[in-house]
Amino acid sequence: MTDMNYTMIPLFVALPLTVSFLIMLLGNRVRWISDILCTLCTFVLCLLSFYAIGVVNGHAPLIYKVGGWFPPVGICLVLDSLSCFMLVIVNSITLIVTIYSINYMERYTAKNKFYALFLLMLAGMNGVIVTGDMFNLFVFLEIGSIASYGLVAFGTEEEELEASFKYMIMGSIAGLFILLGIGLLYSYTSTLNMADMAQVVSEKSGSKLIGFVSVLFLVGFGLKGALFPFHWWLPDAHPSAPAPISAMLSGLLIKALGVYALIRVFFSVLDATSLLPVLMVLGTMSMVIGVFLAVGQWDFKRLLAYHSISQVGYIMLGIGLGTPLGIMGGLFHLFNHSMFKSLLFLNSGAVDYATGTRNLKELGGLRERMPISASTSMVASMSIAGLPPFNGFWSKLIIIIACVNAGRPVYAAWAVLASIMTLASFMKVQKYVFFGELKEKFKAIREVPFAMQFSMVLLALICFLGGLLLVPAVSGDFLQSAVDVITNGKEYAKIVFQSLR
Amino acid sequence: MTYFLCMIIFAVGLYAVVAKRNMIKIIIGIMVMEYALNMLFVLFGYRQGGRSPILERFQEIKNIVDPLPQALILTAIVIGLATTALMVALAVRIYEKYGTFDITKIRKLRG
Amino acid sequence: MNKEPGMTLIVKTVTRLTVGIILMYGIYIVLHGHLSPGGGFAGGVIIALSFVHLMLAYGKEAALKKISLPVASVLESIGAIMFISIAFLGLLGGYFFFHTLGTGEPFSLFSAYTVLFSNISISLKVGCGLFLVLVSIALAGKEKKK
Repeated sequence: MTDMNYTMIPLFVALPLTVSFLIMLLGNRVRWISDILCTLCTFVLCLLSFYAIGVVNGHAPLIYKVGGWFPPVGICLVLDSLSCFMLVIVNSITLIVTIYSINYMERYTAKNKFYALFLLMLAGMNGVIVTGDMFNLFVFLEIGSIASYGLVAFGTEEEELEASFKYMIMGSIAGLFILLGIGLLYSYTSTLNMADMAQVVSEKSGSKLIGFVSVLFLVGFGLKGALFPFHWWLPDAHPSAPAPISAMLSGLLIKALGVYALIRVFFSVLDATSLLPVLMVLGTMSMVIGVFLAVGQWDFKRLLAYHSISQVGYIMLGIGLGTPLGIMGGLFHLFNHSMFKSLLFLNSGAVDYATGTRNLKELGGLRERMPISASTSMVASMSIAGLPPFNGFWSKLIIIIACVNAGRPVYAAWAVLASIMTLASFMKVQKYVFFGELKEKFKAIREVPFAMQFSMVLLALICFLGGLLLVPAVSGDFLQSAVDVITNGKEYAKIVFQSLR
Repeated sequence: MTYFLCMIIFAVGLYAVVAKRNMIKIIIGIMVMEYALNMLFVLFGYRQGGRSPILERFQEIKNIVDPLPQALILTAIVIGLATTALMVALAVRIYEKYGTFDITKIRKLRG
Repeated sequence: MNKEPGMTLIVKTVTRLTVGIILMYGIYIVLHGHLSPGGGFAGGVIIALSFVHLMLAYGKEAALKKISLPVASVLESIGAIMFISIAFLGLLGGYFFFHTLGTGEPFSLFSAYTVLFSNISISLKVGCGLFLVLVSIALAGKEKKK
């Protein structure tokens, strides 16, 4: 029981926490140590998450009993294929963003505090993903959110403070709704362990309380994940943060805290399949409304933030279909969206770094001066708009096919419309930022430093090759097994208790 | 019955957050919501005539209230403390920049 | 009225008498967290409040002379690292957070596995953290008036 495979699970949470406090302790004394510690930590976590795929697939899910207490009593950490899938996304993007921020964050003072909060946020997200305990989920959710409130306000300018305050009020209300749901569930099932809870809920079926609790969770996680009626804090909060953090927030945080937690609670614990049509409707509405609002924006990052709402809508539509194909499309789009949205935010950060402005009207012709940023953003734009060779095309195609197969062609039509609008708005971005005439005042700008280029090129490569995930030989271990976890949501309790030793 | 009282307090807090325009009142509204939830949790663990769940010398473990919600509440209080401290700090900084607590006047961001 | 910072003579005298008692009470709560109600968080808050009490009565310079901001910040990080290293020590016994020390005699100070040491580290973290939060909010308010 003391072997490496099990010990790995708590490291996903404990390692970033330790390094975060070490940076707070040592960072003020030795200047370079925070860069090295943070990069090393995220690198190790990234390797561990890739290692985890191999371990989980040859095996039932790994259950880790914290402190040696057996699950219904103690807290347990569960690492199944879905968790692995999310862990790989979160940790690999975190590594890339860390490399990027070595150079980018030179503009700000207090780089140590940035790294400390960054790692706290990572610890919160990893915690949400690996935990198998309902209240623990809430605690990690709040750790991640509180760190992100601090990071949104990092620049301490007027807009940033205002956006952070708005974000924090909405986040706190979401947290309280989730806590209320957990309390009601605890009084109903008298347990907090997710697997145990799922068992009790399935035995005592037919209570109205479960419906009420599901709605509470829908509101809470919907607020955290910026689903349609709760989306309006996102376009303020995400652009205000420094660019690496925007990439983290948009690419990972709303997915780990919102979408993943929603999937886990709805499919594995509550088995709330009756609410899936609601998810579909909300997903479609956020998809369409997000993209319509995005077209009219002139701030680079704000436009990207509206697109995040729209793309989360795609994911929710796919998941809400409830068919294996739809869920696969949803999860695949989740993966793709993390990649290309992070890349786009990093591009916007590079433009901001070089020129000092994010207003589309002031920019133009940057292609000559910044070839790497321009070409990587071209890749990302084509990917988000769903043009064929790139990964975004495949996942949107799967979602649309799944809609048609499930007998809901109307949703498919809306998805196509949103995709066309996305293409239009990104053509606008490309035209105003990278093509056209070079403005006089930008004649002297140079390409961004090497570390930033490196991380952008890496993400662009992933966007280019992402379509390969659909090849069964590649996806069998990674994507398909994550989909199986969701479609077999009812079996969750049985699987967990079986693999317990 | 008492559960409904907690729900009413929760709703009062939510009303304060939604309807008030002063930032400090919004923060207080969130705290009221939080305390309503804390009370609700402790009520879930209560049983008629139970005593506090503390192991004492020469006393049997019998007829005690459920200690788990109390432990959960302690954690929730800590999280609430962190959130509130951050909110108050932000409110102070916003007051420095804008010179007002009225959220209708703090509008640098549109849409 | 008078030049020196802080409140009136009555408040200062009462503070001088009670502040030590409050601090001791906080430490008592921390050390007996596994035997009686209380623990790391409650005790840490009381310890922080004893310093805040000093700050309210004598002005913040007096409190910062006892424990300066960098020192408090370092202590806070040390508390957190101590807690995590206790958790990592559990790996020796096979599990994260495993209780490596023995139970000891019930109702004595050194009992209940590692709970005592966890409580001490939590109290360091919470005490210094809360003190830092309150001081920084107070400092921000002061800068505005200038």
